[in-house]
Amino acid sequence: MLDLITGNEAIAWGARLAQVDYVPIYPITPQTEIVEKLSEWAANGLIRARITKMESEHSMITAAGAAALAGARTFTATSSQGLLYAFEMLYNVSGWRAPFVLANVSRGLAAPLTLLPDHNDALAARDSGFLQFYAETCQEALDSVLIAYRVSESRKVMLPSMVNIDGFYLSFTREKVMIPDELGDFLPPYPIPAISAGNMPSMGPTVLDPSVYSYFKYQMHLAQISALDELKKAISDYEKDFGIKRALIDEYMADDADYVIVMTSSFATMARKAIKFIREKGIKVGLIRPWVLRPFPRDDLLSALAGKRGAAVFDQDISPGFGGALHAEIASSLYGAPDAPRIASFIGGLGGKEPTIEEFEFMIRELISPDLTRRGPVMLWTDRDQRILDKQRSIALRGGVVGR
Amino acid sequence: MAGDLSIKTIRETPLEEYLHPGSSMCPGCGAQVMIRLMLKVLGPKTFIVNAAGCMTLLQTYPYSNLKSGWLYTAFASAPAGAQGIRDALDSLISQGKARDEGIKILVLTGDGGAYDIGLQATSAAMDRDLDFYYLCYDNEAYGNTGFQQSGASPYGSSTTTSPIGRLNPVGTEKRKKNLFEIWKAHNPAYLATISPSHPLDLMQKVEEAARRKGPKMFIGYASCPTGMGFDPSLSIKVAQLAVDTGVWPLKKYVDGKVIHTMIPKFVPVEEYLRLQARFRHLFDENNPAAKEAIAKIKDEIRSYWKAQGIEAKARHHMVIADGSCCGSCFSSSFLWFSWGIPSGKGKPSSLHTNMEVAML
Repeated sequence: MLDLITGNEAIAWGARLAQVDYVPIYPITPQTEIVEKLSEWAANGLIRARITKMESEHSMITAAGAAALAGARTFTATSSQGLLYAFEMLYNVSGWRAPFVLANVSRGLAAPLTLLPDHNDALAARDSGFLQFYAETCQEALDSVLIAYRVSESRKVMLPSMVNIDGFYLSFTREKVMIPDELGDFLPPYPIPAISAGNMPSMGPTVLDPSVYSYFKYQMHLAQISALDELKKAISDYEKDFGIKRALIDEYMADDADYVIVMTSSFATMARKAIKFIREKGIKVGLIRPWVLRPFPRDDLLSALAGKRGAAVFDQDISPGFGGALHAEIASSLYGAPDAPRIASFIGGLGGKEPTIEEFEFMIRELISPDLTRRGPVMLWTDRDQRILDKQRSIALRGGVVGR
Repeated sequence: MAGDLSIKTIRETPLEEYLHPGSSMCPGCGAQVMIRLMLKVLGPKTFIVNAAGCMTLLQTYPYSNLKSGWLYTAFASAPAGAQGIRDALDSLISQGKARDEGIKILVLTGDGGAYDIGLQATSAAMDRDLDFYYLCYDNEAYGNTGFQQSGASPYGSSTTTSPIGRLNPVGTEKRKKNLFEIWKAHNPAYLATISPSHPLDLMQKVEEAARRKGPKMFIGYASCPTGMGFDPSLSIKVAQLAVDTGVWPLKKYVDGKVIHTMIPKFVPVEEYLRLQARFRHLFDENNPAAKEAIAKIKDEIRSYWKAQGIEAKARHHMVIADGSCCGSCFSSSFLWFSWGIPSGKGKPSSLHTNMEVAML
């Protein structure tokens, strides 16, 4: 079925098609539409999931993880502050090896408070053990949820997944989405048996020795590495079953490109437009967009970057005191690689600040520039940005307390 | 209460054991006595959801001394873990994917988890009318981290974060938070206080609760040799005195009414306080605030019982509301398992198999 739906609705459709048994919920902008949609479907008998209204994200993730261990296919969703409120439990549920799917609708973190997206929320959870998907389009949002269930529930993985979409830019944007009628064999039955009189496991117990702790922590890493193979199988089956092609690393005009922009998520759509524009000026530019950051697809990334002269990494996040988190990961992957491209780091799109074509062009010119020696990141900041700041301040000064 | 219950006297205590020796817990732990008794009544199909606290050490990989299922959650969210498990089972049962086997879910938290950090999650679980059991084992401080002041710490007790010093001769300066009333305001299906010194009262309350659907809430006096400071052999005696002095009222809240299941003898409170290192400063002749502090503690006991229409005056004979024996004479035998049994020898648990599947 082809439909015009928002990113949030596409995510909800993912949960619906996966026939989830349980959805603990808690509202937060811009995620709320997802749980509203699921509640509406449940109220009308379109899904059989049990929906429980929790009192916080911390409890919501606890309930989700517990239910997943108790035998229920589970879905839940949050954003930003909510993800951080649940932070303690993210590490717990992945340590429990609870294979459920959490949608995170990205939104910049307070303070200052904002509603618009960047990726500091999801990237903060980078080391939690969750698999991490970063969708660019509404179609990819739906595909991510379905593939996430398949891979999370694989016996070789057994870890939760986080499917990330950008708040507002994707969550509330309608796009054409192909919604499969049913999943068929793509998603096997849920692998964990229900708790019963004959099945009373002990889960998440403490360990009393650092060796035991290290063993289990490293198991999670090995499971993530196994997930790379499982992802590739799932991608291949997904294309076979539904005719939709996904890739760990999405490439756009990258084949013959000398220089590439590396970035994730919905703002990559803006880069595509900029790439066409920059190419008209005679510079061969392309886009390399990792769709999955955990497990980190190092080999795929290296082969995508092979032969490129330079890579401009656009980070929609900032690690104060260092720079861009994505840049750090790309740079460390390239270290020691033969003929590694030069790499430049840019911070943009914070709190949803839309990058312009000129900003992308600036990135490429910086990258090409022979005196690219800057070690730290370059903040993308235009005259327009400065004017907006100055204008707001001047209005406040004119009419506000200072004026009296 | 005893009328239609199967446990009418201490002789009817179920013989089955679900909590076994072998944990690395402190000897003389009152909380374990209560858990052992509760599990005897709840039976084999009990799934425990645990919060961070002393009882976390009941399960240390790869050993288990419990027959029950177990999930360790986190400090604040054990009731949410219980919610997830209940919801999962209910969803699977309603879809015909699982059979209803009457699995009971028991949340374990200490007083830090119940009075403080987990109050919100507990409130919400009651608000959602979750069908579960909840035991707060209350040793009146953060026991597992070395006995720091919590919302449950009573006035005049010293803890490691309310220590006695030149400027603070009293210790904990606030009163104990009234968790019973906070929980009562949620109108749960069942609510009671219990003590390891009163096993019959405890088991009868659990049995009575088991007949109700919804939140079944228990606040248990967890006599704590390690934190409160007394010899492990005195654990039941201290718990008994907590009840007998009127410090720890044994009561239940059912169908909109609070019923005291034990009217204390009103033994002078000094007998209770004197046994515990955390109150030692109240008997120090050089402590200028000691007398006033004890008077204040007595006042609090008096005014509590006065509000119940009972004058706190020493009695010779114990009066029991339902006329049955309190069973405390039996209670010393309930301590056998927690005394210094070497750890690590328990039954291996059926640990969640997912823990190991990623082996390459």
